[in-house]
Amino acid sequence: MSASGLTAPGFHSKGMRRRRVVNFVMELLAWGAAAIAVGVLAVVVFAVARRGWSALNTDLLTKPPIPFSTAPQGLANAFAGTIVIVGIATLMALPIGILVAVYVNEFAPASIRNGVTMVLDILNGIPAIVIGIFVYGLLVVGSGQSGFKGAFALAILMLPFVARSTMEVLALVPNSLREASLGLGIPHWRTTLSIVLPQTIGGIVTGTVLAVARVAGETAPLLFTSSLVGNQTSWNPTQPLQTVPVAIFELSESPDPADHARAWAAAFILLMFILVTSLTARWLANRSRSKIAGR
Amino acid sequence: MTSVDATPEATRRPFGGRRVRFGDIGLQLIAGGAALAVTILVVLIVWKVVQGAKPAIEKYGLSFITTVAWNPVIGRELYGAGSFLFGTAVTSIFALILATPLAIGIALFLTELAPKAIRAPITALVETLAAIPSVVIGLWGILVLGPILRTTIEPWLHDVLGFIPLFGPPSEAGASVFTAGIVLTIMILPIVSSISRELFLGVPSDLKEGALALGTTRWEMVRGVMIPYSSGGIAAALILGLGRALGEAIAVTQVIGGSVSIQWNLFATGDSLASKIAASYQGATSNLEASSLIYLGVILLVFSLVANILAQWIVRRTARKHGIVRGGHA
Repeated sequence: MSASGLTAPGFHSKGMRRRRVVNFVMELLAWGAAAIAVGVLAVVVFAVARRGWSALNTDLLTKPPIPFSTAPQGLANAFAGTIVIVGIATLMALPIGILVAVYVNEFAPASIRNGVTMVLDILNGIPAIVIGIFVYGLLVVGSGQSGFKGAFALAILMLPFVARSTMEVLALVPNSLREASLGLGIPHWRTTLSIVLPQTIGGIVTGTVLAVARVAGETAPLLFTSSLVGNQTSWNPTQPLQTVPVAIFELSESPDPADHARAWAAAFILLMFILVTSLTARWLANRSRSKIAGR
Repeated sequence: MTSVDATPEATRRPFGGRRVRFGDIGLQLIAGGAALAVTILVVLIVWKVVQGAKPAIEKYGLSFITTVAWNPVIGRELYGAGSFLFGTAVTSIFALILATPLAIGIALFLTELAPKAIRAPITALVETLAAIPSVVIGLWGILVLGPILRTTIEPWLHDVLGFIPLFGPPSEAGASVFTAGIVLTIMILPIVSSISRELFLGVPSDLKEGALALGTTRWEMVRGVMIPYSSGGIAAALILGLGRALGEAIAVTQVIGGSVSIQWNLFATGDSLASKIAASYQGATSNLEASSLIYLGVILLVFSLVANILAQWIVRRTARKHGIVRGGHA
């Protein structure tokens, strides 16, 4: 006797073999899809690293660009501008983002909570280039570009991100902690500020770092707000400042291979900064998340 | 002891108590003010962008949308969004067609197939793809990917499938709608796949095990249980991916080449709404051109708002159908 009596009818039939082949092919395709995604990441990072590394030198960080010159050129103005603009954007977005999250999580009734969450999602979905046009129309028309206006545009992009990540960590704080504090007679506002928020510091920091990593590479909102610049290195945000992504964008459209080399080098530094910060932040987030939840 | 019992009502219910706490009101006002400010900001964005486009809206009205022209020559000025709308549609739909099966495959791999040890690292790698700035992908697209596509893939596709108008002769410029589509695919892939992955993780294991116990193969279980169960969410993920593709300006500007025409040849140059705006950042020749550019932004804004609200509506409806709040099932 064969084992056929123990198995489902049709187990050894042609139909079953066909079904298994289909299953095998589909599993293979899923493996292939994952391989393509990882492969594309590897190809892009490798391309940037190979070309960027060979073009990398200290002149890039210390010297400004000098058009129509054979002297060593850098992008010092772009690095300075990115530091200033991203720094100001963070200072603008962080407090407001945290306050929005506190309101939504600690005070708002459910209907308003859903409304604000939806507004944050909508803001998050508005294309960066439209944010650029908005700030252009609101602040730039008539008075010109400046680093502050670029930072304002970036802050709008950071805001939903910071608020959402703060909301996520606030939701992880156990309710028993709030109840214990309120039960001791501590007012709601003090409970929020001195008991609940300190629990989330780690999460807020990692959320902010991820937001910084995200906007440090944003080009579109800066094109209309802080892109028409000179070549001197400036730290003054009342003037338009060059930034790394805008510099890469402009250099990539140039026909000159020397410009391409500088674009690759700048892209390499930008990419390394973004990858290192976002991977570290993610790792820290996982750690602090399990810490809060475990308490 | 007694001091704690003195005002039990007020202590237990901070808002319902007899005592008014100014600190509570103050923090609520400040935090609520921030939330209100964000809401006002969204309204302000819509209002300001529409206002900026007003001269063009008044001059052209809705015919702007179908006009295929962008002529800044003074005296013969004529602007329209037709070719950019076409370019946006072609590049986004192309990206969506490529990214959908890939993203679902990746999500299935990460939830069902991958050995436990490599799940977390591969998930992190796919999400890292989303962290690469669009300008860097664009740089790679114009200097590495574009030349490869133009010299090998595009001529090959033209030879084999040239009878289809989509696969016409490759452009000389090295930039093409095709390159833009590939670049957009890379950019939306991580978004769609990570949402799909979360959806697949949320499929109840008793449903999956029930199907397997009935003798289905793994693929039949995926097709019969997992995909129908998460179809609403996947639709929302695709709409969000589409929204991202529609609005991507920088990378598309770098690789698409820039031209005003409607042609079915994927290997020709083109332009999308977002890329046209980005390419014009150094200034417009006239106020009418500037406001026409902002009009393109209005169309983009409408698309992104519709896509977002539609996706949220689908997510809520699906969540209600499954009796769960998204992410809230224990």
